[in-house]
Amino acid sequence: MSFSNMGVVMENEVTPPTNDGKLLCYHCGETCQNECLQVDDKFFCCLGCKTVYEILNENGLCSYYDFENNPGITLKNIVENDKYAFLENDKISHQLSDFISEKQQNITLFIPSIHCSSCIWLLENLYRLKEGVNQSRVHFSKKQLTLQFDPTIIPLREVVETLVSIGYEPQITLDTHKKDKVKKEDTSLLLKIAVAGFCFGNIMLLAFPEYFGFDDVNSELKQFFSYISLFLSLPIVLYAASDYFKSALKGFNQRYVNIDVPIVLGIITLFSRSVYEILSQTGNGYLDSLSGLLFFLLIGKWFQSKTYQGLSFERDYKSYFPMAINKLIDNVPTPIPVNDIEIGDKIIVKNNELIPVDGVLLSDYANIDYSFVTGESIPVRKNIKEYIYAGGKQRGSSIEILVEKSVSQSYLTQLWNNDTFTSQEEDSNTFINNISKYFTLAILIIAFSSGFVWYVTDPSKVINVFTAVLIVACPCALALSSPFTLGNTLRVFGKLGLYLKNTSVIEKLSKITHVVFDKTGTITYNDQSQIHYDGVELSSIEKEMFSSLSSQSSHPLSKMIFKYLDEKSTLNVESFTEIIGAGIEGIVKNCNCKMGSGEFVLEKNEVNNIIKETRVYISIDGDVKGCYLIQNKYRKRIKSVMGQLSENYGLSILSGDNDSERERLKQLFLDTTEMRFNQLPDDKLNYVAELQKQNNVMMFGDGLNDAGALKQSNVGIVVAENVNNFTPASDGIMDAKLFEQLPALLKFSRSAKYIVYASFVLSFVYNVVGLSFAVMGNLTPVFAAILMPLSSISVVLFTTFAVNFKAKNLF
Amino acid sequence: MLIITVLILISVAVALIFLIAFFWAVKSGQYDDTYSPSVRMLFDDEKNKNEETSKNGNKPKS
Repeated sequence: MSFSNMGVVMENEVTPPTNDGKLLCYHCGETCQNECLQVDDKFFCCLGCKTVYEILNENGLCSYYDFENNPGITLKNIVENDKYAFLENDKISHQLSDFISEKQQNITLFIPSIHCSSCIWLLENLYRLKEGVNQSRVHFSKKQLTLQFDPTIIPLREVVETLVSIGYEPQITLDTHKKDKVKKEDTSLLLKIAVAGFCFGNIMLLAFPEYFGFDDVNSELKQFFSYISLFLSLPIVLYAASDYFKSALKGFNQRYVNIDVPIVLGIITLFSRSVYEILSQTGNGYLDSLSGLLFFLLIGKWFQSKTYQGLSFERDYKSYFPMAINKLIDNVPTPIPVNDIEIGDKIIVKNNELIPVDGVLLSDYANIDYSFVTGESIPVRKNIKEYIYAGGKQRGSSIEILVEKSVSQSYLTQLWNNDTFTSQEEDSNTFINNISKYFTLAILIIAFSSGFVWYVTDPSKVINVFTAVLIVACPCALALSSPFTLGNTLRVFGKLGLYLKNTSVIEKLSKITHVVFDKTGTITYNDQSQIHYDGVELSSIEKEMFSSLSSQSSHPLSKMIFKYLDEKSTLNVESFTEIIGAGIEGIVKNCNCKMGSGEFVLEKNEVNNIIKETRVYISIDGDVKGCYLIQNKYRKRIKSVMGQLSENYGLSILSGDNDSERERLKQLFLDTTEMRFNQLPDDKLNYVAELQKQNNVMMFGDGLNDAGALKQSNVGIVVAENVNNFTPASDGIMDAKLFEQLPALLKFSRSAKYIVYASFVLSFVYNVVGLSFAVMGNLTPVFAAILMPLSSISVVLFTTFAVNFKAKNLF
Repeated sequence: MLIITVLILISVAVALIFLIAFFWAVKSGQYDDTYSPSVRMLFDDEKNKNEETSKNGNKPKS
């Protein structure tokens, strides 16, 4: 808003939105770094953003920019032209579609970049951009776009390419088409709450005359009220409470007493005693307490079941793999579904495509980026006849691969055949279930013994007292304490940027004794490296020469060095050559400049094969000046994080890389930290399993190679720079920015445990008070109707305040 | 006292209608996505305005 005001004051002067004096891109809001493009009075950081603006401008869709400031998605990663050619394959197109007929095709796409109201507006106005699109609708929290279009006017491929061209690239992967009818959200809980609330309100209303002791109400009317209440309580017992009956029964079958057993005991007693009193006209029963109890319990259940719809915690390798790959049939590349790949096929993998199977390289060389697998973003060179593992991405020109193993049998995917992934354990060892068996036993003992005492003194009151004990002991407050504490904790974590799968993860978090970290991408930055120069001091002219040379190449290492040198790159580079996997050379200012690997720059006899870290050597006219050491950059404040963690937890580090960083790691970690290098995905899994014999293990990882260890560990958390990116299956996803707060997060989960215990104590107090009345035979319906909501509400308030107070203190 | 009986029956019936309405709302998916409808209703105005301006032959100002 302030920008437009400025515009008015300064008349026609162009004032681009700035942030600390830097130019912000009108489209995506990033600072314009190297280049700055201008159209009309708008500035753009890259060609991609400018193109999107132009497309939208031509079609009169610029309202896109009115809803939010700089809503666009940066288009710096430009997509290959024929990346979506496989969508022309009928089989694939059918698999993806929800509905298909001659004139209409419906498809639901997952688009992770949906993030604001402008996105919704643009995507729902897609029909104005492309003829043939009939309707498009966004489901914001699921980040889904449902499209309806006419395939005779616009084929699926073009629809998808249009989306890509405006920055909304859909994720079309192997498991997208797994149409197990996108599980309809479970609305039954919501409906049960509605029923319980409805019956509770009405029964309460009808019970008011009783509460206020209006004795002059005539008895016929009283009778009528009781019958209506009885009628209203039927849906509660039969419908709203059905989950509790099922769960208690299930517990019995598995021979353990869960918290639902005393609840069901209470419900049955409340209902049968009320029915008896009403039918025998001896009283009004406890139907108000019964309906209130279930209403509160169901709300607690709902509060606990918070989920993050946009995030998936169940992804396996299928989410990473492409739907289709080009197979060479009679030397013509034809897209086929990945699952149809057979051993012996020849496939073509294009720039930036993922290699879905293990195979042998048929092309002369390949430049493969295994960042998905290892987290290491610097590509590796492979030569002809070398074996290539699935999971890498080709960088550079297309390569040909002879398939050696099918998709599910490949090196990376085999991990998912491990038992860890097939066994489904259900953890019943929760706080509440631990105490529920003692609780149930205690209630039964109290009920029977007080019944026995009354049998001796006054037999007429035995049934009365026995049922009163069961009623008042019904653990409503107890059953609410854990859902509300954990539900609140889950929300606090979510606000900070740690998204947990469900509340039971918090309980497991509080029991952790050992923390295992993956190295690359987890404790180091994924996208940043630290460069260290070792060699002869360079003059500024020389620096400029290398800066100019490196600006010619798009290899990640060249880009890093270019950024590191931070010099102008205006010098002319002649006869520039780039040898993939080796280095670059060119003639700058009549000098032959070389940058690259040891083999490329140094003389044969100087090459040192023992060096493990990444080095880029530079030379001018054959005179070696020195080398750049590329090192991982560790996350901010890692030393203090590890120091604090080591006070309470055992620590380990697993790395898929070689041990070149061992010395640096030793400075950051204590001597007791175990470090293992060259770990394969299977090794990581086995290491965690070994630790679990004595510990509760928490694993932090980031890539597919950690998937096994994440699954095996008690709590597996994925560290992600962007939580909407693809992450392997886990118990939670953590925003990488939160890394420095790790000790506080773990402390918070432990305090959640203590808050649950404290609220247990509080609800026990209520139970003791209620029980003392019940045992004496003085429990009246009014007293029960007051005690139950009072105890529930105070427990809910206590836990909510305690959790938020603790959160404020820690974060 | 008959009137109270009748009134109570009516009030319960009315409440029941709302309960049924809620059931219908949930089943028809109105609670599936609570964010996009709230912004979508603001778009229609915008769209009409744009269409009007383009009908008049004026290109909407960027």
